[in-house]
Amino acid sequence: MLREAQHERGDSEFAVSATDLVKDFGTTRAVDGVSLAVPSGSIYGLLGPNGAGKTTTLRMLLGIIDPTSGHRNVLGHDRPLDAAPLIGYLPEERGLYQSMHARDAIAFIGALRGLPLAEGRRRADNLLEQHGLGDWIRKPIRTLSKGMAQTVQLLATLVHEPRLIVLDEPFSGLDAINQGKLERLIQAQAADGVTIIFSTHVIAHAERLCERIAIVARGKVAFEGRVDEARDRLRPIVRLRTRTSEGPWRAALPATARQDAGEWLFELPSSGPEPLLRALLDGGAGIETLAIERPGLHDAFVAIAGDAAASAMGEDVEEPQ
Amino acid sequence: MKRLIRSAFVIGRRDFTATVFSKSFIMFLLAPLFPVLLTALFGGIGAQVVNDARPIVAFVGSKEDIARLNAARARLSETMQGAPFVELVGYAPKADLEMQQQTLLASKDPPVLAVLSGSLDRPRLVGPGPDHPVTGQIQLLLETARRAPDLARRDVEVVKVDSSAASMAARRSVTAHGIQALLFMVTILLSGMLLSQLIEEKSNKIIEVLAAAIPVDAIFLGKLFAMLATSILGILVWTSAGALAIATFAPRGLDTLPDPAVGWPVFLLLAVVYFAMNYLVLGALFLSIGAQASTVREVQTLSMPVTMSQVLVFGFATVAIGSHNSPLALAAAAFPLSSPLVMIARAAELPEIWPHLLAVLWQAMWVALILRLGASFFRRNVMNSGPSRGLFRRRSRA
Repeated sequence: MLREAQHERGDSEFAVSATDLVKDFGTTRAVDGVSLAVPSGSIYGLLGPNGAGKTTTLRMLLGIIDPTSGHRNVLGHDRPLDAAPLIGYLPEERGLYQSMHARDAIAFIGALRGLPLAEGRRRADNLLEQHGLGDWIRKPIRTLSKGMAQTVQLLATLVHEPRLIVLDEPFSGLDAINQGKLERLIQAQAADGVTIIFSTHVIAHAERLCERIAIVARGKVAFEGRVDEARDRLRPIVRLRTRTSEGPWRAALPATARQDAGEWLFELPSSGPEPLLRALLDGGAGIETLAIERPGLHDAFVAIAGDAAASAMGEDVEEPQ
Repeated sequence: MKRLIRSAFVIGRRDFTATVFSKSFIMFLLAPLFPVLLTALFGGIGAQVVNDARPIVAFVGSKEDIARLNAARARLSETMQGAPFVELVGYAPKADLEMQQQTLLASKDPPVLAVLSGSLDRPRLVGPGPDHPVTGQIQLLLETARRAPDLARRDVEVVKVDSSAASMAARRSVTAHGIQALLFMVTILLSGMLLSQLIEEKSNKIIEVLAAAIPVDAIFLGKLFAMLATSILGILVWTSAGALAIATFAPRGLDTLPDPAVGWPVFLLLAVVYFAMNYLVLGALFLSIGAQASTVREVQTLSMPVTMSQVLVFGFATVAIGSHNSPLALAAAAFPLSSPLVMIARAAELPEIWPHLLAVLWQAMWVALILRLGASFFRRNVMNSGPSRGLFRRRSRA
């Protein structure tokens, strides 16, 4: 009985799980054995450059397309469309009927997910008011700016109060202010226990929002776990500036140490900071500054996904201004 | 199934309201009325031409009476200065007068409209009934013929017959051709719209939202029934306008139509059902074909072969008229695209009802099958392909 109730509400340890998902388009393998598990109530990021297979993975998880092989389970359903009333989805390529009024557009998408039209309109009015679009409730979508239309579509994703929200590149095309609003909205939904999955090629968003991430590169999951775990894969970086350029202290630096703008950069030795510090002091380095920095997600991404993927990410970076 | 229907309803409601409450729908409603007005205009001229043809009445009686009637007719024709007046053809009476009457009514050479028999003092007219103009002309003719001093005035005994069996079959065949052509024309005008029904969703990318929320089958089903409802609304407007025009300009205009074999109420019901089935079968096919297209240009390219194939189907359906149980006719009745056209013609000509129940079930099954295949094809070939994949483009990316 409890299991059935959980099934109905989409409550379980993992809101979404996938095992060995494969998707072939003709002779091209777009997704190659993706496995992931998204804990209920978490914010989960799919991180990777364009063309890595993020959207195809999301489309398979949502049941828009079927995998060539592999298994998926969404909110307790092996057929994702069976869980559709509990899911909200914002696709990468936004789309609304241009002649529809903003409230009707929201209510229509809610109705697709099982929300009665009248209730959808009532909620749409409230949501539009709350997000500063009260004057646009009865205006056709074609008269809205691009940012407004994106907000309307985002509200349509939430109107039926889903338990799982899937956002494909949600920050794409938004200015810094709206990116901030969206981040707060995502955090507010997660605080209400809603599971959020979003894909992005902007590492900063994932770093700020996600509890767990999957790094996708060339159709494969290169890493899946907590953001901390990804960062912990790298040793902390030591930044050292000395008053002397030569001396016995140089023997304390690892062989991989390199100089950059008058600073020494190297991974913290596994023995920890104290032996290093002692050797530098005893060797007469004359320490001017010494900083031990934890690697960022970007560094972890480079280490995990490889330089090529990182370069592709770099080309697409859309940081808030 | 419940969810499929509910989802289809959401799609259908959106499409129906978006279509009906658009400015272009006014044009949609008005456009067919222009050809109807032209048809009425030229039809009136045509009717005038047809009315100029003189109806032929066979007179079965004595040579003396034939002579008197012809003399009376000559006088009347002279008086009426060449206006169309009944043509008389005399026949000597045979032993079986009833059989002679039936033979004459079935005759095509000459095409006999009515048979006058008996004598001038006790005439009997078997034909189209007391309200037909010919009956009045015969009355006048007899009055004139009787003005000879030896004959007293007597009313003519008028007997109404629908028609002979042979001529009834011929007239019902005309009805069958007519309803078939009407059904074909209405369907070809309306179902072609379904070719472009998914273009909007594909061009504004909302198809992704729809496909993530409901089964593609529901999208197809909703769109199909929305356009059927739109079409029926249009037809209601057009038929109401037509009925108003007939009531105003030709109140007895439909009286000459022969009763279809199944009777008018059932026939009209079947006409509605078969229009719906014809629309759904063709519409499901067009929707499926059109769904593969990405642009209006591609849809326009598709519309030509689709229209031509409809004409071929219509040609196939016409072979059934007059011989509904022939192998070719049965094949046309079984072929899903021609089945509604064949079956409505059958309703005009043959009285059995049960074949229609069977046919409607058969056609509904094909609607479901075509929709299912179309939705499956759409998911596999369009949804999988990502953006900008057209029917005529090769797969180039994953």
